[in-house]
Amino acid sequence: MSNKVAYVRTEMAPDMPPPVTQTGVVGWMRKNLFSDIPNTLMTLVALAFLVWTVPTLFNFLIGNAVFIAEDGTPCRAPGAGACWAYVADRFDFYIYGFYPDSEYWRPNVVFIVAALLITHLLWPDLPYKGLSAIAFFIGLPILAIILLNGGSFGLPQVTTEKWGGLMVTLIIASVGIVVSLPLGVVLALGRRSQMPFVKYVSIAFIELWRAVPLITVLFMASVMLPLFLPEGTSIDKILRALVGVALFQTAYMAEVVRGGLQALPKGQYEASHALGLNYFKSMYLIILPQALKHVIPGIVNSFIALFKDTSLVSIVGLFDLLGTVQATTSAVEWKAPHQATTGYLFAAAIFWVFCFGMSRYSMYMERRLDTGHKE
Amino acid sequence: MSEVKEEDISVDRTKMTVSETDVAIEITDMNKWFGDFHVLKDINLKVMKGERIVIAGPSGSGKSTLIRCINRLEEHQQGQIIVDGIELTSDLKRIDEVRREVGMVFQHFNLFPHLTIMENCTLAPMWVRGIPKAEAEETAMHYLERVKIPEQAHKYPGQLSGGQQQRVAIARSLCMNPNIMLFDEPTSALDPEMIKEVLEVMVNLAETGMTMLCVTHEMGFARQVANRVIFMDQGQIIEQNDPEQFFDNPQHERTKLFLSQILH
Repeated sequence: MSNKVAYVRTEMAPDMPPPVTQTGVVGWMRKNLFSDIPNTLMTLVALAFLVWTVPTLFNFLIGNAVFIAEDGTPCRAPGAGACWAYVADRFDFYIYGFYPDSEYWRPNVVFIVAALLITHLLWPDLPYKGLSAIAFFIGLPILAIILLNGGSFGLPQVTTEKWGGLMVTLIIASVGIVVSLPLGVVLALGRRSQMPFVKYVSIAFIELWRAVPLITVLFMASVMLPLFLPEGTSIDKILRALVGVALFQTAYMAEVVRGGLQALPKGQYEASHALGLNYFKSMYLIILPQALKHVIPGIVNSFIALFKDTSLVSIVGLFDLLGTVQATTSAVEWKAPHQATTGYLFAAAIFWVFCFGMSRYSMYMERRLDTGHKE
Repeated sequence: MSEVKEEDISVDRTKMTVSETDVAIEITDMNKWFGDFHVLKDINLKVMKGERIVIAGPSGSGKSTLIRCINRLEEHQQGQIIVDGIELTSDLKRIDEVRREVGMVFQHFNLFPHLTIMENCTLAPMWVRGIPKAEAEETAMHYLERVKIPEQAHKYPGQLSGGQQQRVAIARSLCMNPNIMLFDEPTSALDPEMIKEVLEVMVNLAETGMTMLCVTHEMGFARQVANRVIFMDQGQIIEQNDPEQFFDNPQHERTKLFLSQILH
């Protein structure tokens, strides 16, 4: 092109491949690991850190770990790593608590049915969602009460004092999740209602529960509540914890959902009203699908927090997963330097698997539901 | 201010007939306040079936608020609004009845981004009128063809241009088979190239005899399509006349000033 002002392109420039240094492994490394001096330094520091930690961790977790043992003797040997044999020995206790071995099939059936139904509900393209929703929200709780508690249909009763381990963790977390989301949505809508009564009842509920620590809620539920009940009536300990956790979580969920409602442009409300949709239809069809989609990260955040907070029920004498792990750390026959560490590592791994699963699923749903096509 | 030239869009005024007897909207001594602010003052307006009314005026003059009162997106505090024989009060049932008969098109389209174009168009007919899905889809396709974008039916609003989205919004309203259409600055958020495609759809609609109230700055459209132009300022109707008289021989000083500023 010359320096003249007037210019007319005679042919369009063709598309060309990018330079080699921009593509492939070399391009990726140049771009991400060694793009400039600070980046290169960070890469080297990270490498040094990995070289320092990975072998130590590997030796502790696998290399020097004890996988098979009758008792704690091999774990007490000098230089022994994680005592996995101890976890294997107490595995049933971690999963079922004091539930009698002969009845393990009962929680197993409930777990399997729940897992199948959840999979069906969460897998987007499968048909008959309505049926499995009914089965999950109505059938499963009934099945769980009949099977887990027993006392009918010829099943020996297993009182809730004997429940424990991962079973209790999962029961409390799933009831908390399943109850808190719909109730939270109702409260969030209530808080934005134009009817003063509904609005102030919602605000009072949310602010009351949010301002109290969960430990206090659980403590109140187990110690204070019986004082207000007529003598002789007793509410099951696990049921009290369930109600406490669910209501506590509802208050949080309501605020997360309200955030999503407020983020929606006013035009969405106006357009749905202008089309003649009444309040409930416009909420159900237009507002909530969008609002909930916006707050998936917040909702799942609450679910994950709830899942981990279930370990607080140990304060009222329930044995959740962490509680059972903790209870066995004093087992004398497995006495070893890393006994407790191994147990807690196991508990951490279980918690991590469930929480990471929820996190990944939420990211998958976010991508799937993203129809906004924002630039 | 963009203006569509007379020769750009062909308009057949012979099909636009105004009823002598049937009243579509009647507003009597209506007043509205936002808090302490008196936003609409002493509004009297009678709209016959088949009328095409353009409401013009400076921003903040209350023209959008006025048409939003007609489908009760805004509540009036004094006076009477009767739409299609139904008086608007706080009775929710009547409000829903009116909204079923009155379509509205917004400046920012307000399509539902989580639904496809087809779902946007079939949602209200199915859930408000109880029309079966297949029939609703057939109607939707008919109107999408009329606004000339049937091929976009299975896309999401975010994948369409502004002009296309606004045409979908018009089709979505028409799917409810309304007697009256309200347009709240339908072209103000669009690029010049897209304004024309939306105006063409609106002209087309006027030719079917639809009763239309349009808040717009498109004076070319007003001149060609409207049978009456209303000029508002400070919450009041300042002047109204047929388009020729309104543009060529404005009476009120405020109208003259407004027209001199937007017509060059």
